[in-house]
Amino acid sequence: MSTTTTRGVAQPAPAKVSKDRPRRGPRASSTFNFWLFTGPFLLGLIVFVFVPIGWSIYLSFFEARFTVTPSEFVGFENYKQVLTDVDFLNSLVTFTVFAAFIVPATWALSLGLALLVNRLRFMRAFFRSVFFLPTAVSYVAASLIWKMSLFNGVRFGLANTVIGWFGVDNIAWLASPDPPWYWLVIVTVRLWLQSGFYMILFIAALQNIPRELYEAAAIDGAKPGWQTFRYITLPQLRATSTAVILLLLVAAYQAFDEFFNLLSKATWGQPPLVELYKMALGENQNYGAGSAGAVVLTMLICVVTLLQGKIMGFGRGEEGK
Amino acid sequence: MSALSNSNWDRRNVLRAAMGLAAAGGLTACGGNTGRSSGGSGDALVQYFHAYGEAGTEQAIKKYAKAYKGANVTTQWITGSNFEQKLFAALLTKNAPDVFEFHPQIQLIKSGQVADLTDIIDPVKDDFNQADITSHTVDGKIYGVRMIDDPQFFFYRPSLFEKAKVEVPTTLEELIEVSAKLKTSKIKGAYLGNDLTPVQHNLIWSAGADTLTADNKPAFNTDGVAEGLKQLRTLFTSGNLLLGAPADWWDPSAFTQGLTAIQWCGMWAMPAMQQALGDDIGIFPFPKVGSAGQESVYNGGWSMFVNAKGKNVEAAKEYVKWLWIDQKEYQEDWATSYGFHIPPRTSLAESATKLKTGLPADGVKLFNEFGHFDNIGWTQAMIASFNDVMANSVRKDDDPKAQLAACEKKVDTELKKLFG
Repeated sequence: MSTTTTRGVAQPAPAKVSKDRPRRGPRASSTFNFWLFTGPFLLGLIVFVFVPIGWSIYLSFFEARFTVTPSEFVGFENYKQVLTDVDFLNSLVTFTVFAAFIVPATWALSLGLALLVNRLRFMRAFFRSVFFLPTAVSYVAASLIWKMSLFNGVRFGLANTVIGWFGVDNIAWLASPDPPWYWLVIVTVRLWLQSGFYMILFIAALQNIPRELYEAAAIDGAKPGWQTFRYITLPQLRATSTAVILLLLVAAYQAFDEFFNLLSKATWGQPPLVELYKMALGENQNYGAGSAGAVVLTMLICVVTLLQGKIMGFGRGEEGK
Repeated sequence: MSALSNSNWDRRNVLRAAMGLAAAGGLTACGGNTGRSSGGSGDALVQYFHAYGEAGTEQAIKKYAKAYKGANVTTQWITGSNFEQKLFAALLTKNAPDVFEFHPQIQLIKSGQVADLTDIIDPVKDDFNQADITSHTVDGKIYGVRMIDDPQFFFYRPSLFEKAKVEVPTTLEELIEVSAKLKTSKIKGAYLGNDLTPVQHNLIWSAGADTLTADNKPAFNTDGVAEGLKQLRTLFTSGNLLLGAPADWWDPSAFTQGLTAIQWCGMWAMPAMQQALGDDIGIFPFPKVGSAGQESVYNGGWSMFVNAKGKNVEAAKEYVKWLWIDQKEYQEDWATSYGFHIPPRTSLAESATKLKTGLPADGVKLFNEFGHFDNIGWTQAMIASFNDVMANSVRKDDDPKAQLAACEKKVDTELKKLFG
């Protein structure tokens, strides 16, 4: 107890709490602790997330060029502008193409990695960390590495060196939209960055599958390998797969960094957020239209997510257990 | 007390201390980290500069600022390739710079963003390059102080030209042919920047057209420009053009590392090029496009502006006057000690010995003979819409005429907003 007192003297604030505790009882103290721990986070959430969302919705109904405190109410004019803007509509097509590549690819790659790592007898922690590490790298830094050293257009770029061994001429990966090599760069950088994270989710799910299922299947004559994977592992991963696909889809909608950094001054391959950035923070600084676009995009993400949850049965896997 | 609860208590205490620290840190951040340190010698000013590539430039700007006794000047050195976007966004906020460098563009004046600097420039007006005064003047008022003039043209390696037995091109067609002859398995023929937009203005001028007419109407939608775009498309797809270089056009690396025989760049890069290649450097203007064309050089550069909506407009003007009007020693240092730039002050340009001989002297000659200065009516929004023309009709195979027409429409809208 003496330790507590000395520390209390040294640090007045905690000491007060510890003195109050016996009088107020455990409930009051846990309420206090609840606010103590969630308070700062909640405050941050309100200031940096909820207020800006509200502000953005407010802005979307105003003529807000070069200002974020507009006065001219324009109703749905900004929405009309955004929904008839060819560039914005094209960006949704770009997103669809991107999602069609990246969602299945990441799903398959992270599941594959999870299966491999899960089967390891030794150094499992090492490989888990190695594959997870890229998650900690920033998208901007990775994009610059991809652009300037792996996929640059000169003879000493990594990709050009490799194809050079087979006698193929240098390719300027990011310069031209035809052939669209830039997709290769964009998809690989995101695969590298995010596969590790989803691999961890899959590993957790794999470890949750009861061993008895495999034993029972073996007794029933199921061959290890494809058969057990197809009829036991995959169905058991259903809930995780649904969640992963949902997260991947939302992440794809939010893609910005790699497109912005890899495709400078291009008119192709512009996903919704880059388009909105140009609208709101480009030369015209039209925050009204930009905000309207952001609201439209948010609604779209909500609708797609709900639909996807409905179709794939989010949470159904849990009940099945 | 058991060891367990003891360690629990420890953890809690540590957490509380950490949170206290975090909160305190947050508070200090709120209080102090605005880039303006109050107190000291009088007013506090913030200045924005884009990141110059040459070694020593950032230190130089900070050194000049420190030498100023009238105010406490903090420098924000903005890295990245989108300085204008960062600047425009910052100008809307409370932490906007008081003083910033940019190019003369009329939307900043129409929106009341930049202060009238006529009173500080007027006494020395005659000592400035008159084209620089014109490009900063609207309705008789001068809005910015030119710091440096930066002519942009092609650099080439005479030794490689000799080896390939080719002459300096004077038409765009010749440039395309020469690039083909210069290209080997190791080196590309020419480099016009990774997205080719650096030459967009020269393409217009060299085709005998202009960005805007004297009474601010679009003047770039001509058959000559469309023809030039078509020719550039041939060059783009020929395989003789360097694309996707790790360092973009404003950096001499592609040229000095032997990735290309010809590079579009600016006079600022001369010292670095000379250091790497010695005398094996020549320069030539952007060649003629079509029969009506004229060779052209882009006389770019940077100017100082005062934020008219800042808190210390008078103090900011004082500082700009002190550094960019009065301190000729610093102005010369800035123009010739790092990269090479042409001082806009005639008296300085005449005394700048480094620009008197050899390659820099050739640069000054091209600047005077073929140079086109910025048109204050040609704004960032218009530049951006012409960027799209370059992307769509050169890098993508869209019809140049349709692209030019679409761009003209956008530019028209902008002009209507600015001039009614």
